Amino acid sequence: MFSRPRLVLGLQPRIFIKPSVASARTALVARRLISNSTCSHAEHNHQKPKLEHLSSGIEERLAHSAHLLEPEHDSQGNELNAYRHGPSALDKAVHLFFFTEIIRGMWIVLENFFRPPYTIMYPFEKGPLSPRFRGEHALRRYPSGEERCIACKLCEAICPAQAITIESEARMDGSRKTTKYDIDMTKCIYCGFCQEACPVDAIVETQNQEFSVENREELLYNKEKLLSNGDRAEAEIAANLHSDHVYR
Amino acid sequence: MNKSNLIENLVGLIFNLADVLSIILPVLLSVAFMTIIERKQLAAHQRRVGPNTVGYYGILQPFADALKLILKETVIPSQSNKVIFYLAPVSTLVFSLLGWAVIPFGQGLVLSDLSLGILYTLALSSLGVYGVLLAGWSANSKYAFLGSLRSTAAMISYELILSSAILIIILLTGSLNYIEIIEIQQSIYFIVPLLPVFIFYFISILAETSRTPFDLQEAKPDLQKIAGFFTEHSSVPFVFFFLGEYSSIVLFSCITAIFFLGGYNFNEIFINESIFNLQAIILGLKTCIFTFFFVWFRATLPRLRYDQLISLCWLNLLPVAVAFIILIPSILITFDISPY
Repeated sequence: MFSRPRLVLGLQPRIFIKPSVASARTALVARRLISNSTCSHAEHNHQKPKLEHLSSGIEERLAHSAHLLEPEHDSQGNELNAYRHGPSALDKAVHLFFFTEIIRGMWIVLENFFRPPYTIMYPFEKGPLSPRFRGEHALRRYPSGEERCIACKLCEAICPAQAITIESEARMDGSRKTTKYDIDMTKCIYCGFCQEACPVDAIVETQNQEFSVENREELLYNKEKLLSNGDRAEAEIAANLHSDHVYR
Repeated sequence: MNKSNLIENLVGLIFNLADVLSIILPVLLSVAFMTIIERKQLAAHQRRVGPNTVGYYGILQPFADALKLILKETVIPSQSNKVIFYLAPVSTLVFSLLGWAVIPFGQGLVLSDLSLGILYTLALSSLGVYGVLLAGWSANSKYAFLGSLRSTAAMISYELILSSAILIIILLTGSLNYIEIIEIQQSIYFIVPLLPVFIFYFISILAETSRTPFDLQEAKPDLQKIAGFFTEHSSVPFVFFFLGEYSSIVLFSCITAIFFLGGYNFNEIFINESIFNLQAIILGLKTCIFTFFFVWFRATLPRLRYDQLISLCWLNLLPVAVAFIILIPSILITFDISPY
């Protein structure tokens, strides 16, 4: 337990276990130590600790005392000395009185004091967004300028928040188009079902997440607003759909 | 009384006031900056940035915070004892500021060079408990009352350890005067021979100032977002508690620097005969070391459970303290170096 490779105050463990002594139990302990110790650092270039360095003095002493101190058994075969395993009372007392655990913790905290922060200065710098990011909605057009939406109302049907309202009628050329396509953005839960349901990729959720407004009415989007969103971000939407089309 | 005598008295009074102000104002300023230091340092420990918008590097954040708090509405519980309700935060701040009266900032740079300066400090730190107690009681709120009981019990318990640690220093120096303690440390800082004493001394001042890991008054999971004994205090009274708390942190750091790091002492080449009073700066730097420790501990340690807090004091620290109270004089007498 007291043998991280970068031990407090730069002390190295004094005794390294020999491969010949390394029992299955030591390996188990070592594996647990790896899984515990690496996750405490968010460093990407964190080196994997070497197995040999992970054994503690206690393990070493155990391995040696195993053949010196034959375990005594009673008639049922139970061990008589329950304290044979684990650190000695002196070890425990030393670790208690010299605050070794606390000092180790404080050392880690002090190390992090001198490292740069992870902070992304949000309005000025932004983190990467997935092409699947579900943000503000948009209605797309074909390159000819024709609206994609065919008023099939699948999105209206699947919308779990019932945020979409569509009305449609046949146009002079016989094609069915929407006369009304409203999304209540205060209801929307950004599940993305509408864009999944859409057979013509008309309604999509863009990567825009910064569309806060000052009053509620502005969040009741109508067709013009959605189409203008689509016109504004068409290149971005097309690129995102293309990068994700393999998985759909 | 003739006229000239009256003028003399008046002038003396004004000079006294100027003396006091020349200490109080920088102290209050340092308290304000202590809050921003704590936030920035805590942020650095946690790999964050911390407040960085108000002023350069967020250095004016405490003033913005204070302004915000002062502009808030003062809510007074209708069933509270209003006099004591207001008196409690004032007394907390005043008692922690009074402690600065005996702190020597350099040779001869002390407001009042009491021969019993340490006794004065101990008395004031005991009086600080009253602010907590009265605040909890006067608000007539069970949460504030519970919070004050928890804080009071912890503070009174740990005062014992604090006094014991200071008693050892008194035994070693044979004086209750701060300047004498500092002069004695010209040979060696007490942190070297008295390292174990320093450890439990520091634990006790963490508890005295109600800091992590002993800040049970702020135990959010326990008290369900109740702030402890100042639950009912808002706006200016709250500011006073806040200032009092941070003022006592700075004060205790300063006292620790005097007790264990030799106060304004440094190598002879640095002090005296310079345009600036470097002694005060050295004391300030040593104080900064301990304020760093305060925040460092806060960044590291998890909070103790209440029963652990009390049993750590009475069952672990007190026996150690008593053992050292016996050990140190024994060494002094054995080698015949007792100051008495």
